[in-house]
Amino acid sequence: MGPAGIAAGGKHVLESFKEALSGTGITASLKENCSSHQVGCLGLCARDVLVEIHQGGTKTVYQYVKADMVRRIVDEHLVGGTPVKEWLVDGAYDAFYKKQVKVVLSDVGRIDPEEISAYEAVGGYEAAKEVLHSWYPEEVIEEIKMSGIRGRGGAGFPTGLKWELGRKAPGETKYIVCNADEGDPGAFMDRAVIEGNAHAVIEGMIIGAYALCAHHGYVYIRAEYPLAVERLKRAISQATAKGYLGKKIFGCDFDLEIKIKLGAGAFVCGEETALIASIEGQRGQPRAKPPFPVNKGLWQKPTVINNVETLANIPYIIRRGCAWYASYGTEKSRGTKVFALTGKIKNPGLIEVPMGITLREIIEDIGGGIENGKQLKAVQTGGPSGGCIPANKLDLNVDYESLAKAGSIVGSGGMIVLDEDDCMVNVAKYFVQFTQSESCGKCVPCRVGTKRLLETLERICKGHGRSNDIERLEKLSAGIKATSLCGLGQTAPNPILSTIRYFRDEFEAHIRDKKCPAKVCKGLLTYSISEKKCKACGACLRACPSGAITGEKKTPHKIDQAKCIKCGSCFEVCKFGSVERN
Amino acid sequence: MNDTLDKIVADYRDNGGNVISLLQETQEAFGYIPREAVDYFSAQLGIAPSRFYGVATFYSQFRLNPTGKNKIIACCGTACHVRGAERILSGIKRELSLAEEEETTQDKEFTVEKVACLGFCSFAPVVLINGEVHGKTNADPILKEIRKLKNK
Repeated sequence: MGPAGIAAGGKHVLESFKEALSGTGITASLKENCSSHQVGCLGLCARDVLVEIHQGGTKTVYQYVKADMVRRIVDEHLVGGTPVKEWLVDGAYDAFYKKQVKVVLSDVGRIDPEEISAYEAVGGYEAAKEVLHSWYPEEVIEEIKMSGIRGRGGAGFPTGLKWELGRKAPGETKYIVCNADEGDPGAFMDRAVIEGNAHAVIEGMIIGAYALCAHHGYVYIRAEYPLAVERLKRAISQATAKGYLGKKIFGCDFDLEIKIKLGAGAFVCGEETALIASIEGQRGQPRAKPPFPVNKGLWQKPTVINNVETLANIPYIIRRGCAWYASYGTEKSRGTKVFALTGKIKNPGLIEVPMGITLREIIEDIGGGIENGKQLKAVQTGGPSGGCIPANKLDLNVDYESLAKAGSIVGSGGMIVLDEDDCMVNVAKYFVQFTQSESCGKCVPCRVGTKRLLETLERICKGHGRSNDIERLEKLSAGIKATSLCGLGQTAPNPILSTIRYFRDEFEAHIRDKKCPAKVCKGLLTYSISEKKCKACGACLRACPSGAITGEKKTPHKIDQAKCIKCGSCFEVCKFGSVERN
Repeated sequence: MNDTLDKIVADYRDNGGNVISLLQETQEAFGYIPREAVDYFSAQLGIAPSRFYGVATFYSQFRLNPTGKNKIIACCGTACHVRGAERILSGIKRELSLAEEEETTQDKEFTVEKVACLGFCSFAPVVLINGEVHGKTNADPILKEIRKLKNK
């Protein structure tokens, strides 16, 4: 039951199962064998609510389950022993999971995220226990270094090296911070990990704190994620009650307390120094580095900041060994990565794949290809800091180096699939709009530069593009990248640069021909009604908010171009395809 | 009101002077950050009001005006954007006669908020109406829902 599952009515389904199981007069012995419990995100969000039924060694999965279907599933399957065939998942379900490798997500969707015993039953907290009892901190750091894991928040800094720097930083008081300020639009990996298995994040923090010799931890999490916050709070109090957090944890001479800090909504707070300012209660504005947080961070003390996914990987690496982890992925990008696969794809959802897998495998095999038989145009990765990979580069390997070479980044894990109906200039404008409004305003290149970029793109989309606009965008972008204070500004031009690189013709069509090939940009479109096709049903006339459409019964309707605000309402409601956009 | 504010001031002193936590508590109590509250904090703690406003206006979570009775949240994350979130949002604003920058209707019946991402990406485009998720939607059903609320 991830966010999508809850949105699709997961809670009602769970309640219905509880009710149906207790109310059918099923014998006591069956009752004991039957338990319904909630789990985190199962991944294939598009088919929510998914219900897995485990009997003996076999698993049956139902898709699109609604509360009113539960009674029949219980009666026919659980009581009668015959699954309800027409509601079972189809072949796409197996295909969705076949090429995935689950490490971080291995227990997400398998265990009840609100019970510490469920995590312990699958080996949870054993890694932390073992490390604290019989490893030297240096050994932990060496193990993490050998695993090759790099920061999963986007920048890809080697985690083991970061811990080593933190360990060596002089100072009595040190902090470990979990960065759960997932701000990329179109990304929900960290939320899914916390909601599905918050204990793994805490265990990762315990191991990290021990390696650094830090006795204070913070989780900086968005207030917009109420369920994740709740589950994290519950997990911390359960771990404290068990003696895994607090004084002398696991009976060793080591103290660790973890506090939760709620973010207040600012994308820039994903940047380390801004995040630190925000935990301290100030405006989340970044500062110049060095000094790096690892030497002077929270309250001027050495601070190591790791992303949620990175930390949640740690217990699994310790438990199964660095060699096992490093066996996945490529030479420089080891292990697996979680992506939120969304956009114009048949099977959107949460996926975990080995680094180095090709984009084609992700889009075609796991995602099932493009929906509605449309053509793939590009894949956007890395959100507002990333770029677009065009359809002809589908055989690109997904790892830090290959994506960077192609002008994008792995980023935190948003992967948005775009088809022929998407306008690349509009997509670039969308991301610049986002970074411009999220710019903290401290440094001029980012504050003013992103504003000028946005104005230029808006002009182009309105049909007022000038012949040298592409060069202006490129020049300004280079300046912003080179001179901005933090990562937000340094990467803000990436969506523009990568779309110019691969879709220059679309920019030129907007600027020179005043046309939007994908028919998205309002300012470049005119709506008209085909006399031949119009059935004079009046649907568009009623839908038009500006009274631009006139017509009587049995006479084709007309659009008054002077009154038309180009909202597209008529286009959406017409069932006969008689409204044309050009 | 003063009892609540006193408690918030006491909490502020206890937790080492964190302005964000103070504002979060204030918003939880009143639904927004009232001007009187800031004046009160300023007088009690000897901190200039600009410090509070500086933090409050920096973060998108804080609002300086009360919200309307019905709350509509339109997700404009990337997945929703490519599936027509803009059209839905502008449709909602037109229906409620809100200018582009306005969020709350004059009769205080509706507040329309645009957010960067709700994380329901596989149900894009998504609109929350009073906490209820409407996914894989378009302008038509959303406007119908709003008209229903209007007539209540």
